[in-house]
Amino acid sequence: MTILTFTVLVAIVSFVAGLLGSLTGLGGGVVLVPLLTIFFHVDIRYAIGASLVSVIATSSGAAAAYVKEGFSNIRIGMFLEIATTLGALLGAFIATWIPTSVIATIFGAVLLYSAYLSRQARPLAQRNLPPDPVATRLRLNGSFPDLEGQRSYNVQHVPTGFSLMFGAGALSGLLGIGSGAVKVLAMDQAMRIPFKVSTTTSNFMIGVTAAASAGVYLGRGYIDPGLAMPVMLGVLAGSLTGTRILVKAQTTSLRLVFSIVILVLGLQMLYKGLWGHI
Amino acid sequence: MKAGAHSHQFEPFKPQPWRDRRLEIILGTLLRTGVLLSGAVVLAGACIYLFRHAHEPADYRIFRGEPSEFRTIPGIYWSVVNGRGRGLIQLGLLLLIATPIARVALSIVGFGIERDYLYVTFTVIVLAILLYSLLGSGLAL
Repeated sequence: MTILTFTVLVAIVSFVAGLLGSLTGLGGGVVLVPLLTIFFHVDIRYAIGASLVSVIATSSGAAAAYVKEGFSNIRIGMFLEIATTLGALLGAFIATWIPTSVIATIFGAVLLYSAYLSRQARPLAQRNLPPDPVATRLRLNGSFPDLEGQRSYNVQHVPTGFSLMFGAGALSGLLGIGSGAVKVLAMDQAMRIPFKVSTTTSNFMIGVTAAASAGVYLGRGYIDPGLAMPVMLGVLAGSLTGTRILVKAQTTSLRLVFSIVILVLGLQMLYKGLWGHI
Repeated sequence: MKAGAHSHQFEPFKPQPWRDRRLEIILGTLLRTGVLLSGAVVLAGACIYLFRHAHEPADYRIFRGEPSEFRTIPGIYWSVVNGRGRGLIQLGLLLLIATPIARVALSIVGFGIERDYLYVTFTVIVLAILLYSLLGSGLAL
């Protein structure tokens, strides 16, 4: 394959991944690494470097649109970023010395878990939870616009959420993904942050988290310009298109299709990792 | 501020919500501008790179690691000065990585204006981690 063909094909695949990722809310980064390694025979370390770059691009590109809605909570975001950036540094350093087959196996497991999670119902919206003393002292409680005006919420289980976010950051740094699945565990289920607040706040955090490991990846020579270029431009264009044409009615079936794709890619990665084909 | 609808509930601490909101809008715009700028630089680099190397074979099967001209800040600087397409792409990616870092740095100012010193401290910690990752990993050499 010539560089021109390779660039065009990778850009198209990245565009579709970014488009589907933003339409379904499942993120495009998670399918990019398996697609690049399985179909384009790219070494997983180059694939992770390129994917990490695209994660920063989508997160930062969507930020302006999310901010206008007024759901995000910058205090929750900044506090949890201490955990995610430390985790991301650790993940990036681990990635430089563990065998690629182990990385592929972990990747497969995370994909399977994401596919499972995408079929689960959202946790019920919290109503009238008592204020948690730690959350109150850290000023994490807030409010967001609702149909009935401003609705306030009280954040729960801060230490559990903080530890889980450290894990989310480590996975992000190790695998070059946004780690949406672990974020759901930490922010929605442990900390009981309302869905819209956690989604928009974590979008902010994903970019900062990925930047923490991207520095390590770039410095170690894992980010190849010829590969990262079509991936970054494709995913960015795809996700920006996705946020513009967001049609609520069709996302249910689209979400099902995309979660099947994630499941199949997860099984492939697990197979490749466990049998050492990577 | 409309908090009356749920006055029976515990009233959470809300430090000047309009300032938080304004800060968020400024930060959101900063992020978008940074991404579009880096996208433009990457695209410019892509044109030069593809113009020169379009018909060479693409092979990413074997991991070699990038040469220092594409993985250190001085190296990237010199390859841009020499008009290399891939150098320009790496510069664009460096701008992209710097964008969320700039957002964190600006948040320090924002929390400082609100006199929220707890969050100034938290944000300084995050910035220190980010700068360590960027400069401590061999990128600066």
